[in-house]
Amino acid sequence: MALLLEQLLNGVQLGVMLFLLAAGLTLVFGIMGVINLAHGSLYMVGAYAAAVTASATGSAILSLLAGLVAAAAVGMALEYVVLRRLYARDHLDQVLATFGLILFFNQGMVLLFGRQPLFVDVPEALQGFVRVLPGIDYPVYRLVIIAIGLMVAFGLYWLIQRTRIGMLVRAGATHREMVRALGVDVRLLYTLVFGLGALLAGLAGLMAGPILSVQPGMGEQILITTFVVVVIGGIGSVRGALFGAVLVGVVDTMLRAYVPGLLREVMAGSEADALGAGLASMGVYLLMALVLLVKPRGLFPAHA
Amino acid sequence: MSIQRRGFLASGAALGLAPLARPALAQGAPLKIGMITTLSGPGSYLGQDIRDAFLLAVEMEGGKLGGAPVQVMVEDDALRPGQGKQIADRFLKNERIKLLTGIVFSNVLGAVAPDVLDAGGIYVSPNASPSNLAGKECHKNFWSIAWQNDSLHESAGQLATNLGQKKMFILAPNYQAGRDAITGFKRLYKGQIAGEVYTRLDQTDYAAEMAQIRAAAPDGVYQFHPGGLGIAFVRQYIQAGLLANVPMTLASPSMDSTTLAAVGDAAVGVNVTSHWNSDFDNAASKRFVAAFQQKYGRLPTYYAQQGFDTALAIAAALKGTGGKVDDTEAFYRAMKPASFESTRGKFRFGTNNHPVQDWFALKVENVGGRPALVTKDRVLTDHGDAYASQCRF
Repeated sequence: MALLLEQLLNGVQLGVMLFLLAAGLTLVFGIMGVINLAHGSLYMVGAYAAAVTASATGSAILSLLAGLVAAAAVGMALEYVVLRRLYARDHLDQVLATFGLILFFNQGMVLLFGRQPLFVDVPEALQGFVRVLPGIDYPVYRLVIIAIGLMVAFGLYWLIQRTRIGMLVRAGATHREMVRALGVDVRLLYTLVFGLGALLAGLAGLMAGPILSVQPGMGEQILITTFVVVVIGGIGSVRGALFGAVLVGVVDTMLRAYVPGLLREVMAGSEADALGAGLASMGVYLLMALVLLVKPRGLFPAHA
Repeated sequence: MSIQRRGFLASGAALGLAPLARPALAQGAPLKIGMITTLSGPGSYLGQDIRDAFLLAVEMEGGKLGGAPVQVMVEDDALRPGQGKQIADRFLKNERIKLLTGIVFSNVLGAVAPDVLDAGGIYVSPNASPSNLAGKECHKNFWSIAWQNDSLHESAGQLATNLGQKKMFILAPNYQAGRDAITGFKRLYKGQIAGEVYTRLDQTDYAAEMAQIRAAAPDGVYQFHPGGLGIAFVRQYIQAGLLANVPMTLASPSMDSTTLAAVGDAAVGVNVTSHWNSDFDNAASKRFVAAFQQKYGRLPTYYAQQGFDTALAIAAALKGTGGKVDDTEAFYRAMKPASFESTRGKFRFGTNNHPVQDWFALKVENVGGRPALVTKDRVLTDHGDAYASQCRF
C-alpha cells in the first residue's frame, strides 16, 4: 500500500514536469497554430543556464532566475526572429524550421559547453526526506517540484481566466480572426505567449537539472511524451494539458512499476520482464489511441 | 518525428587529419578508415572519447597507423540504428571504405555490422560486441577490441559473489546490450535475484524503479546504464537515500570517470569491475593516459582506452599487411596475433576474434580529497566469452 502511494507520488511528479512543458506547447499551438518542435530546446536552455549559474555562483536563487530569464529571453527572440515568419506557412514548413532549430540548439550547446553532461546539486535546503505518510519517506526536492507545478497550474488558471491578457489569449485560441479585427496587437500578444511558454519550459528544465543530467539533446527525450500529453489533453487547452500530463505521468509510472510483476504471475520471469517493459513503454501511446477513439479532439478541446 | 537527422562530418576528424595531408600526397592516397560513432544526444561523450583517443593514436604515429598513412572519416549516428546504416552504406559504396570502426551502442552495431560484413568489409569494434556476433553469427572480419558485452557483467556477477552479496536486484535497459547484461550477470552470480527490471533506453526518471528497489530490500544492486543514463540513475539512487543502505556493484560502463565526477563523494565505496583503469601500472597505459590528458585536458574513460587500443590493434594489422586491407585473409592473419602493446597489459584474441583478458575489481576511494577509481584484485583471469564455442568461421 505504501509502495502504491509512493509510486502514485512519482507519477504525479512526472506529470507535473510534463505539464510545465505541455502548457507552453499547447498554448503556442492553440493560439498561433505553430507546431514548435524546438520547445524541448527551450527546456534545455533553461537547464543549462541554471546549471552554469549554479556552478559559478553556488546560489540556488540566482540559478533559478538565470534559468527562467534565459529560457524566456531565448524563447521571445526565437519568436521574433524565426517563428513570426512561419505563422502563415503550412505545418510542414513549421516542422522543418523548428526541427532545424533543434539541431542548431543541440550543436550550439556542444560548442559552448561540450558533450560531457553538466551536473547540478539539489539545493541544500531541499535535500533529504520527509515522512509524508507512515512508511513513506519521500525526497523533499520531488515534493517541491509537485508543489511548484501545482502553483503554476493555479497561476495559469488565474492568468487565463481572470486577467485581460488571459482574455485575449482565450479569444486568440477560439476566434483568432476576430481578435485581429478588433485591433489587438496580435504580434505582441504572440511574442508574450511564446515567452510564457518558454519560461515554463525553462522552469521544467532547471528543476529537472538536479535529477537528470544536463546535456545536449535532453529536450528531445521528453518532447515526444509532451506531444502525447498535448494531444490527450486537447490542443490549445491548458486545463487539458494539466489533466493529460498527470494522467500520462501516473499511467506511465504505474505501468512501469506493476506490469512486469503482474505478467510474472502468468509466465516465465525473463519473458515477463521483457514483455512487461515493452508493454509499459507502449502504454502512453495506447492511452492516447484510446482517448482519441472516444474523444477525437482530446479530453478538453479548446476550439469546441 | 520521422525525419532523419543528417549526419555531419565531425570537426574533430578534420582536426586530426590536418597535419597528415601533405606527406600523404607523396605516398599516394591514404587508407580511409570509416568511424561511425555517437556524437549527439545522451551518450555522446562516449563516442567523443572513442573518437578522440583513436585520433590521438593516429597523431602519435604522425598521421599513420602501422606505418601506413590513414585518413579517419568520422560521422555521427545519433544513437539511431537507421542513421548508422545509412552512413555505413555511404562509406562502403561512395567512399569505398573497407575498414570501419567506432560504434558505441549495440543496437546501432546490429544494424550496421551485417551490411559491412556482407559487402566484404572489416569491422573492428571499440565497444559494442553483442552475443550474436561472438557466437553463431561470428565472422572472420568482425573484431572486438573491448570485450564481449557479457564479460562486463560476468565479472560484476563474480565480484558480487566474491563480496558475499546474497540477494541482488538487477536492472538494465531493454535493448540487446541490456539483455546481454542481465544474462551475463546471472551467469557467474551465485546468489539469489531479488528482482529484475528492464528500463527504457530513453528513460531519464527512475523514481518508479527506486521505489521497487526499496520495497524488495536486496543486499545489493547491480545496474547497467551507460553514459548519461547511468549518471541520472546513480544520482537518483543517492537522492532516494538508497546508496547508504544498499551497496552497488557495477560494471565499468555504469561508473566511468565522467559518471564519477557527476556523482562525487557519495560514490565512495561503490564496487566496479573493469578490464582497464587509468591507474594501471604498465608503460603503454601510462603513456596513453599522459598523452590523452595533455591533449584533451581530461581523464580518459574506458571508452577512450578502448578507442586507443582499437587504433593500436589496427596499426599492428596494417603493419603486417603493408598498409593494405583489400585482402581480408591477409588482414585476418596479421590481426589475429594481436601483436600490439595493449594499454591493459595482457591481451589476445580468442577463436571468435573476441578478447581473452583479465578482469579487475575497482573501488571508488577518496584519493587526495577527490573520489577516484582505484584498482584492487583480479576477479577473472584469461577470461574469454561463453559464445566462442558456437563460433565457426
